[in-house]
Amino acid sequence: MNHLPLIIKREYLTKVKNKSFIMMTFLSPLIFIALIAFVAYLSQLNNDKIRVVSILDESGLVKDVFKNSGNTSYNILEGMSVEDAKMLVLETKGYGLLHIDDITEGKLTSKDLTFYSEESPSLTLISNLESEIQSELTLQNRIREGIDVEKLKASRVNIEINQESFEGEKTSKVDSIVKLIFGGAAGYLLFMFIIIYGNMIMRSVIEEKTSRIIEVIISSVKPMQLMLGKIIGTSLAGITQFVIWIILGSVLMTVASLILGIDMAQMETPQQQVLEQAMENPEVNLQLQNMVAAFYNLPLTNLIIAFILFFIGGYLLYSSLYAAIGAAVDNETDTQQFMLPIIMPLVLAVYIGIFTVIEDPHGTVSTVFSFIPLTSPVVMLMRIPFGVPIWQQVLSLLILVASFMFTVWFAAKIYRVGILMYGKKPSYKELIKWIKY
Amino acid sequence: MNNLLEVNNVSKYFGDFKALNDVSITIPRGSIFGLLGPNGAGKTTLIRVVNQITMPDSGSVILDGEALSQKHVKDIGYLPEERGLYKSMKVGEQAIYLAQLKGLSKAEAKTRLKYWFERLEIGDWWDKKIQELSKGMAQKIQFVVTVLHEPKLLIFDEPFSGFDPINANLIKDEILRLRENGATVIFSTHRMESVEELCDDIALIHKSNKILEGKLVDIKRQYKINTYEVGIRPYNRALLEKELSEKFNVSKANFRTLEDELKLNIKLQQGEKPNDLLSYLTDKGEVSHFVELIPSVNDIFIQAVNNN
Repeated sequence: MNHLPLIIKREYLTKVKNKSFIMMTFLSPLIFIALIAFVAYLSQLNNDKIRVVSILDESGLVKDVFKNSGNTSYNILEGMSVEDAKMLVLETKGYGLLHIDDITEGKLTSKDLTFYSEESPSLTLISNLESEIQSELTLQNRIREGIDVEKLKASRVNIEINQESFEGEKTSKVDSIVKLIFGGAAGYLLFMFIIIYGNMIMRSVIEEKTSRIIEVIISSVKPMQLMLGKIIGTSLAGITQFVIWIILGSVLMTVASLILGIDMAQMETPQQQVLEQAMENPEVNLQLQNMVAAFYNLPLTNLIIAFILFFIGGYLLYSSLYAAIGAAVDNETDTQQFMLPIIMPLVLAVYIGIFTVIEDPHGTVSTVFSFIPLTSPVVMLMRIPFGVPIWQQVLSLLILVASFMFTVWFAAKIYRVGILMYGKKPSYKELIKWIKY
Repeated sequence: MNNLLEVNNVSKYFGDFKALNDVSITIPRGSIFGLLGPNGAGKTTLIRVVNQITMPDSGSVILDGEALSQKHVKDIGYLPEERGLYKSMKVGEQAIYLAQLKGLSKAEAKTRLKYWFERLEIGDWWDKKIQELSKGMAQKIQFVVTVLHEPKLLIFDEPFSGFDPINANLIKDEILRLRENGATVIFSTHRMESVEELCDDIALIHKSNKILEGKLVDIKRQYKINTYEVGIRPYNRALLEKELSEKFNVSKANFRTLEDELKLNIKLQQGEKPNDLLSYLTDKGEVSHFVELIPSVNDIFIQAVNNN
């Protein structure tokens, strides 16, 4: 008798009908969006305040370069001592005072510049001031040395190296970034999925144990069937939740940006200024076009197929381990000692993905870890956008499937024995013994 | 085929621990079979082997003339000692699910459940969650779920635990009725009075070995000690006591009487007849009490376990 569909259906329905599951499904996107809106609101609040920065330039070299912008306005002080200036700023509750020493001869150096303030000043403000003064002084130096500034500007050359593989496939730096984003997103999604729904499977196994229904169930179905039914049912519930999140998230995002959109446009954060300046720059505009092109350059079909296969394979591999852990213990607090060996390779995979795949997607480290079953789903998903030979993908997938079958067998062994064991916290040694039962 | 279930030379090891050692039992069709034994003797392992939860290392199990296989799941109803239900599932839904796992169709399961729920007067629990019910209530549902698919073989492990006397009686009557309708029952319990009351056959498992098996009456005959409990108002008490202790193996007995009487257990030797003892006694006084001591299951249990 094949009860698998029946078990899957029950697992799915109980998960989906569960109150906290429904709450999670519908509240999480709301909370997430609300959080973003809140942060946006806060930073806007912060930027509404105008900072008055006083400048006492005794050298007279740079006092004209400061232009009021955004939320910073400059107050140029003249003809007073530093102490008086400090008092004045303190009394008027100004943001701070930049003092530039008088220099009789030679050049203005760092030791001549001091910023006085009550609290330590914002980093962006200081670096803004520094870059303004730097470029002004550089300009003055060049003029003094008789360098033709216009010619210097005109002589500047910008270079970007074209990349092309031996097969004639063109890529670029932007391409790499887009690939990295795609690979990273796929790998990270799998990572999240495993952690969230693997835990859910584990809890559901523990629940059957603690409610003691397990013996009744396995007098009707094989433990293996029960375990597979659990894994598949929970995954389907997980996919349902994910799809709802994506739909709800994008709808809410649209709504939120429609409501907040006008506000956001008005809001002038320093970051936005930089961005706007960059947008005016024709080079960056070109880069944006490159990005779109890079997206279409991605091996999309390969990416999607590989994503589905590695996602399923990796997820099943890990979830059978989670099921085995659930079977081995009596309650959730006892799971800790067994969680580490699961979480470790997973985290390792993500770090390898981030650090080595960026550096060298086809290097030894990335390649080796994209074959080791516990890390391969994540690492391979991150590598594929950079173009991985099909034979490597197939081989990695075969290894994954083989080890998945082994883990299911192994997990089923532990599961079969573990679900009937009560009252003791098993050690690894004992788990090995169970396999022989 | 007179036997519904035959367990042949089953052994099971857990690592180095031997849970069952070459155990064979035969369960006659239509009987109520008491599976007895101290805690940890191996009863549950044996029951799990019959339920195909645990696979034996050696030996075989024959159900209704066929080697036990996955298709027999629907022929067995099992109420484990460690039992429970999904706490957050509704009673009706859950019962239907469990019945479907035993091979009933959804519609069939529903019809039968309605019948049983009405019978046990629990119809209005249908939409309640298990966590809202008391332990006894959940036990009732568990019982219904166990018998719903009308299996040939019913296995009850401590079926009365958690029930009040009224409900325990109700369940006992249901078990007897199921047997009348053709089911065979394996009954595992530590409550010897219910074994006494219900079982036709028993087997005793001790330290992974079967040490006793057979019809309850046969076993009692086998454990008979030829001892009679006697109450007498002797004409000459001192003389009778002296004579009896010379002629027979005598010990003090303890039972309730209205008058102050001489109460004794008298053990007869091989060949001595109870009638002779009785006629001897009637000469010596007024006999008010003369009963053959039949060993209780409890006595047999303790004796058999201690002897091994």
